[in-house]
Amino acid sequence: MSFSIKKEGEVVVVDVEGQLIVGNRQELKQKVLDELERGEKKFLIDFSQTGYIDSSGLGVLVSLSKKIREQGGELRLANLNDDLKTLFELTKLDTLFQIADTRDRALQSF
Amino acid sequence: MPPAVDDHSAGHVPAPDRVRVVEVDIPSDVNLIERVVELVRRECEEMDFARRQVMLNVPVALTEALSNAILRGNGDDPAKHVHVRALVDPERLVVEVVDEGPGFDLDHAVTDPTAPENLDREDGRGLYLMRKLMDRVERIEVPHGSLVRMTLHRG
Repeated sequence: MSFSIKKEGEVVVVDVEGQLIVGNRQELKQKVLDELERGEKKFLIDFSQTGYIDSSGLGVLVSLSKKIREQGGELRLANLNDDLKTLFELTKLDTLFQIADTRDRALQSF
Repeated sequence: MPPAVDDHSAGHVPAPDRVRVVEVDIPSDVNLIERVVELVRRECEEMDFARRQVMLNVPVALTEALSNAILRGNGDDPAKHVHVRALVDPERLVVEVVDEGPGFDLDHAVTDPTAPENLDREDGRGLYLMRKLMDRVERIEVPHGSLVRMTLHRG
């Protein structure tokens, strides 16, 4: 499990590879917060290579969403598979996040 | 180098042909969760559980139970252990997670994380997800610890 970060235009794109769970959530949080501190405002987290997410992973996404908003930034999520969509629906977090079907659509939505 | 997971899945307890047993004992280290989950998930896959159960219900609910046991039950103390025993047969998965803590009252943990006032909270979704993703979640008193048993019928 790992996270890769790259810049596409003005957007910081984070790919979550493997699981986003209690053992690695802090690493994702720190990487995004570091970018936020550097002044980045637009963030996209892409889940096309993600297995499953636990409650602490969801918690980190909620936390990042708040922190990015507080700095006047925006967060989008993209490429949730059907199982991850179900997870977001079960927790009603699909109503809290802006979720796009594809990376391109998410990038265009900023 | 993380400590090795002690895997008894080869079955040191004799089991009927269509019953698979996974039994592991791990120190309190959240980095070991994924490996334990993978052992149980693989058995569910072998037993032809529904794809969604293999990809979502089992891994997420078991990650929550292990995370609770390690961080809350055992207070993240690596000297304390978590014992996991999973029985998988063509009908169901029954998985038990035992920690060395005092446990928590499932009936009192009723906060609804989907209520509008709780939606932007970072925590409070673990037990909710266990209950949503499993058919049954029980807590049973055991000497010197707490046992959570989760049951999922094969879909």
